[in-house]
Amino acid sequence: MLGRESAATRSIRVITGAMLVTWLVLPLIPLAIWSFSRSWFFPDLLPSAWSTRAWDYALSDTSQVMDSLGITIVISLGATALSVLAGVPAGRALGLYSFRGKQLVELMILAPTIVPGIAVVLGIHVIFISMGLTNTVAGVILVHLIPTLPYMVLVMAGIFSNFDPDIEDQARSLGATPLKTFWYITLPAIVPGVIVGALFAFLVSWSQYILTLLIGGGRVVTLPLLLFNFATSGRNDVTGAISMIYILPGIVILVLTARHLSGRSGAVGGFGQI
Amino acid sequence: MTQVAIRGLTKVYPGAEAPSVDDLTLDIESGELAALLGPSGCGKTTTMKMIAGLLAPTAGDVAFDGRSVLSDKPENRGVVMVFQNYLLFPYMSVADNIGFGLKMRKVPRDEIARRVAEMLELVRLPDLGARRPRELSGGQQQRVALARALIIRPRVLLLDEPLSNLDAHLRFEMRDLIRGLQQEMGITTIFVTHDQEEAVVLADRIALILDGALKQYDTPEAFYRRPVDVATARFFGGQNFLPGRAEKGVFEGSIGRLALPPGAREGEGTLTFRPENVRAGAAATDENRLSALVKSKIYLGTQTRLRLEVGGAIVEVLANPNDAADVVEGATVPLSLPPAALWMLDGEGKRR
Repeated sequence: MLGRESAATRSIRVITGAMLVTWLVLPLIPLAIWSFSRSWFFPDLLPSAWSTRAWDYALSDTSQVMDSLGITIVISLGATALSVLAGVPAGRALGLYSFRGKQLVELMILAPTIVPGIAVVLGIHVIFISMGLTNTVAGVILVHLIPTLPYMVLVMAGIFSNFDPDIEDQARSLGATPLKTFWYITLPAIVPGVIVGALFAFLVSWSQYILTLLIGGGRVVTLPLLLFNFATSGRNDVTGAISMIYILPGIVILVLTARHLSGRSGAVGGFGQI
Repeated sequence: MTQVAIRGLTKVYPGAEAPSVDDLTLDIESGELAALLGPSGCGKTTTMKMIAGLLAPTAGDVAFDGRSVLSDKPENRGVVMVFQNYLLFPYMSVADNIGFGLKMRKVPRDEIARRVAEMLELVRLPDLGARRPRELSGGQQQRVALARALIIRPRVLLLDEPLSNLDAHLRFEMRDLIRGLQQEMGITTIFVTHDQEEAVVLADRIALILDGALKQYDTPEAFYRRPVDVATARFFGGQNFLPGRAEKGVFEGSIGRLALPPGAREGEGTLTFRPENVRAGAAATDENRLSALVKSKIYLGTQTRLRLEVGGAIVEVLANPNDAADVVEGATVPLSLPPAALWMLDGEGKRR
């Protein structure tokens, strides 16, 4: 029945598409309008006066938004890089081999997605103080690994469970060194998973609030922290502008990865376990 | 040309009770095409990986031309293994797959292109270089895998079940291709299989491994005519095993007295003969002529299978359909067992 679609399936597709747009895009519209408003009072549908005041402020040095953006990018990239470095070997072990205590390891890796972050971080906080990692960017990067690693590991475990390690032996046998085998054979096979896992890790780190607040101790101010400050201080226009900056990576990543997230792709297979 | 010596090769996987490969000793002559034959799970692929350097043996040695290669890494050993499922690299074209080994050896690009084209010609896939592996049929994929292995002119070529994944009509074509290229290039080749037919049609010599031990290392004919024991004969489809005693070239058992060929072992033992090498019905000669009761007759098209009773023993015979045309169940027919078809085995011949 290729190429044909019943009326029912088509209407379901249209409805889900419409719902997706409603949930994802509609909530953003007021924020976008806020960021350009000068005065907007209930029950007006649109602001009575427009201005770029909020954007000027957000992009100025005094607001610290740009500093914050820089720190957030550094932290998220750092957490992503470490997630890839640790997650690829861990995913390989979980996807390819069976070993004693494997289920326990899987549970431990999954635990941060189930246990509230604040419960975990209070324990870690004590250790980080003794190691001098509190109030530092490095400490925040490390603590972000708690929520980012599970995504990376699960994606890679899904990828490696469809990977035949004999193909590496085949390359060795044909004369490839271990390094060349990884570069020419293993890497092309796992790259889609690494990309998807890394993007997830980046977004998860990007949206951390509690972990950053507790370990960063208010000294490491990432975008979500700054955003929360403005949101609670009632500056809706500035909040709108920062929000626009804040959601940009998410939208870019969604557009970039839509192809890999079709559900049929092996890259998201690991999420079946969550 | 490389002579391969396997000495006491043993592999025990961590946590395993019994060794997967137990004290295997084997010599493969230069340019020979040898088969390692054994039932599934008898450690054949493990042996291959140890020869290729992909697995470290627990004990023993592998030597090429008298020099141990155990310390050589797989990429430097000059051995290429072709896996059973071919394992073509999916992200590369057929030509890049075949040229992979040369690229790893830093051969200039134009020389790689020339030798790949040559190789594609040899395996009769001249126009498929630009294709992706998934666009090829199973038989074509295997030829690419073979070309990819042969292009680097390995000292030793290892093939894992080279004919098992192929349709019947492709098997003989592939068999001729493998043998032809192997003979032409003179590459010492070892392949493993669980299929005795595959071993017989392809190999110069067969090493039969049963219950973890090397039973017999011999030409294919010898396994049919001169098996070493009952288990070996059974593995090659032997069905007739009659206990008795041989003395001065004469066998004596419940079946009667039969003349044996020269060189047959003497004393207590088991008489065996291939169902297709004895004659029943119209074809019976005067050699070791007996009279048999027909228990059942099954027409197989090119042959007729007869189950006969002689002296209380059941004997399986494959007869020419014309010779067996008049044979009916319940009748008595002549059966002759030519001495050349008989062989004496050590040990018990009881049916398991």
